[in-house]
Amino acid sequence: MAILDIRQRAGYLFVAVILGHVILISAQVNTRSGVPILEAVTFGVFAEVQRAASVGTSGIRRVWSGYIGLRHLQTDNEELKRQLADAQIELQRQRALADRTRGLERLLALRDQSKLMTMAAEIIAAGATPDFRTVTIDKGTRDGLRPDMAIIAPAGVVGRIVIPSVRAAKVQLLIDRNAAAGAIIERSRAQGVVVGGVDERLQMQKVSEAADIVTGDLVLTSGIEGIYPKGFIIGRIELVEKNGPSYKRIIVRPAVDFTSLEEVLVVLTPTPARAAAQGNSE
Amino acid sequence: MKAAGVILAIVGALGLQTALGRFVSRGTVAVDLVLVVVLYVALTSGPVTGLLSGAAAGLVQDALSSGVIGIGGLAKTLVGFLTGIIGTQFIVAQPFPRFVVFFAGTVVHAIVFMGLYVLLELRQFGTPYGAVAGQAFGNAVVGVLAFQVVELLPGVLERRRGQRARIRR
Repeated sequence: MAILDIRQRAGYLFVAVILGHVILISAQVNTRSGVPILEAVTFGVFAEVQRAASVGTSGIRRVWSGYIGLRHLQTDNEELKRQLADAQIELQRQRALADRTRGLERLLALRDQSKLMTMAAEIIAAGATPDFRTVTIDKGTRDGLRPDMAIIAPAGVVGRIVIPSVRAAKVQLLIDRNAAAGAIIERSRAQGVVVGGVDERLQMQKVSEAADIVTGDLVLTSGIEGIYPKGFIIGRIELVEKNGPSYKRIIVRPAVDFTSLEEVLVVLTPTPARAAAQGNSE
Repeated sequence: MKAAGVILAIVGALGLQTALGRFVSRGTVAVDLVLVVVLYVALTSGPVTGLLSGAAAGLVQDALSSGVIGIGGLAKTLVGFLTGIIGTQFIVAQPFPRFVVFFAGTVVHAIVFMGLYVLLELRQFGTPYGAVAGQAFGNAVVGVLAFQVVELLPGVLERRRGQRARIRR
């Protein structure tokens, strides 16, 4: 029995686990196409946990608010305070409702303006690790979502769907280090690729030496990568550093405030490139 | 029973990380709660539990991220194992040594995690020193607080019960 006791052999176990990880990583790095099944299944299962956590936190908040409200009922004198607090809470609720309505109106206006088939979705969770900038939305394959569908907001481009499960989908934000989008400068029509970077900023790369780019220029999607529809706002040029004739660093400030996103639109209409690819595959 | 507790703690940390992450200002989460749980478990339970909980937590976290599955798992396995060894070889019972272990554990985790991505030419991280230091500090503070709460809470509750019993008499 002593031979079977793995606790006596921590070193062997450690080597075995590390070896397992190395094999796992190697298998993925060698095959770069498609989403790993483990990733899709785990995400699908955990999306439900995230949904439950979202409902749970809201419930706890409601219970806590109720408890605080009850404490205010103890004396007559505090009755007035309670009424005032209720009125203030109601005012805040109405304000929140008005804000939400305005947000939905903006989404609706964007939907009409873009003439794209879109679907509104709510963000229900953030990424599981601080190293990847992803969020989870409450729509999935059941609602017609597919990988690489673009996600937009009234302010501009948000990101793309990386893994849809049945009732939720993981969205890679444009500011993720692995994210990229074809970009075009509105004023000079100079083209390049915008990639996620550090500190909530984007970097514009693959820009020609002859391109005309200055601080403040509006950066739009070029649609060249076949994910994002053409002409949507990415952000504004914040910094341009040149090294002789070539561009050393071009920093773009995203138009979308990723910290205050609550609702987004999923673009269901495929881009011309994606539609052509789908046509070929069929 | 202990394994169930560890699994619950990891799932809870993941749930909390994903639920609260979107409310944090600037969108940057300065604390990796899952890593804090792994370090805590490793310090209290030793290298075997540390490496197993690190592997499980890291793999799940990888699967929920858009990165390569296994890199976070490997980093957390290594950190869990090393922290478990430190926990069994040295007396880490005061807040400052615990702070150092949590801080160093986060730094080692970041080095392995980012190092593997750079080595495999999958990602570039620029100069992440500030972000890593910030996360290490955040993890250390949360870790030390977790120890304090777990150790002090039973005593506080016991004292309260005693006081209530005296008042009734």
